[in-house]
Amino acid sequence: MKILAAFGRYIILMGKVFSRPEKWSIYYRRVISEMDQLGVGSIPLTAIISVFIGAVITIQMAITLESPFIPQFMIGYATKETMILEFSSTVIAIILAGKVGSNIASEIGTMRITEQIDALEIMGVNSAAYLILPKIIATMIFFPFLAAFSMIVGMFGGFLVARMGVMIPNDYIDGLLYYFDSYEIFYSLVKMTVFAFLITSISGYYGYYTKGNSLEVGKASTTAVVVSSIMIMIFNLLLTQLMR
Amino acid sequence: MIKCENIFKSFDGRTVLNDISVTFETGKTNLIIGRSGSGKTVLLKTLVGLHEPDEGSIYFDDVCYTDLGFKARKAIRKDIGMIFQGGALIDSSTVFENVKLPLDLFTEQSEAEKRERVEFCLERVELSHAPHLYPSELSGGMIKRAAIARAIVLNPRYLFCDEPNSGLDPQTSIVIDNLIQSITREYNITTIINTHDMNSVMEIGEKIVYIHTGYKWWEGTKDDILNADNKELNDFVFASAMAKRARGK
Ligand SMILES: Nc1ncnc2c1ncn2[C@@H]1O[C@H](COP(=O)(O)OP(=O)(O)OP(=O)(O)O)[C@@H](O)[C@H]1O
Ligand SMILES: [Mg+2]
Repeated sequence: MKILAAFGRYIILMGKVFSRPEKWSIYYRRVISEMDQLGVGSIPLTAIISVFIGAVITIQMAITLESPFIPQFMIGYATKETMILEFSSTVIAIILAGKVGSNIASEIGTMRITEQIDALEIMGVNSAAYLILPKIIATMIFFPFLAAFSMIVGMFGGFLVARMGVMIPNDYIDGLLYYFDSYEIFYSLVKMTVFAFLITSISGYYGYYTKGNSLEVGKASTTAVVVSSIMIMIFNLLLTQLMR
Repeated sequence: MIKCENIFKSFDGRTVLNDISVTFETGKTNLIIGRSGSGKTVLLKTLVGLHEPDEGSIYFDDVCYTDLGFKARKAIRKDIGMIFQGGALIDSSTVFENVKLPLDLFTEQSEAEKRERVEFCLERVELSHAPHLYPSELSGGMIKRAAIARAIVLNPRYLFCDEPNSGLDPQTSIVIDNLIQSITREYNITTIINTHDMNSVMEIGEKIVYIHTGYKWWEGTKDDILNADNKELNDFVFASAMAKRARGK
């Protein structure tokens, strides 16, 4: 019952968020600044995590696939598939839910309890759209780039450990190039776009309906991360069923 | 002029405002006073439309605000400036950007025109030296001043202030009070101020409404207030030593 009521409020909020903006020029500027803050600001974290995971996957695969019957390039191929299909979209999305989601929920939650949202309403602004829409647009545009970036950096991480002697680098590269299916990349980027929407809208929702004091802001941001992560998992399953 | 008639408002079955009817006059500083938790903020937010009243009507110069749809309300909101209890400046924007925001949202002015208007308002509240600072870098008094500048940037016809001098020292409080009063007179605005500060009442109170447990308990002028025949009001007024002495004279 409670979940149903929350879902209803979420839908109503999204209705407000996606009502026609009163002035595009302001939204445009805000989208750019959100892309910088939420997207560009997440590049270092994405890079660090992807390069290490790429490296580790390659090492694991090298050990697991150690057999005279399996060609060495399969290691590179397996690394590539893991990165593209799941890691660079789903796992990176979960990590971004932690970083970006908590950031959004606490920022908007603080604005709520310090009456900044009331102040916007008084100025006649649709505060839900003004605060949340630019973040949704910015992340839906930028997160797929982060996913693509993560794929490349992850494969590069694998290449580094290959160079360090885990395997023959040329075989690794052969593996990366083996059976290249652009649909897989498309599938992964579509997933990421959906995840971006989930993270931003859910975190925006929890922030927007924060009540009370700073303690509540902390709670809202934790709930936002937990719920976004769960929804990412559910939608990952749905989209995989749907698209593969 | 702002008028409310028979306003009721409750939250989760608990009545916070009980049958409030008041007229706030143009060109005057109208004060709503009352103890903490008496319902001042809720009344103010109901008047500006941040809370919907359960019953009753609110008029802005003969326009019945409560009957209006979203679009028409927005037109009136253009004429409303509000100063919130904590300032409510947008944290991620500088003082300059905060004051400019209403201009961005409501006007088609060029950047140069906007800049000129913002600088004029900052000058008016004596903040010309701090346009580039962020709210976290301001003192309490500066936050209030910046909030005033933002509230007046569109030349409002109605100004709402929720405890504009709470948390300020007595000297700064008087400066802020006088600033609000002089702006009110200069532009002939209808100003409504929430306060529980008797200093403000004696300094700038032209029309005073006393709210007690969500009821309008008393209304009058600052000359009447010291001689009012109302126990709760007297308890409130003479809680401060200064007011006691004032009566002694
Ligand atoms: N959004 C809300 N939901 C539920 N109850 C509320 C809400 N806002 C205010 N109240 C209740 O209304 C009553 C009056 O609160 P209000 O904030 O108007 O007091 P106040 O007179 O402004 O006090 P103060 O001088 O401390 O600011 C309080 O008992 C408060 O608990
Ligand atoms: Mg209050």
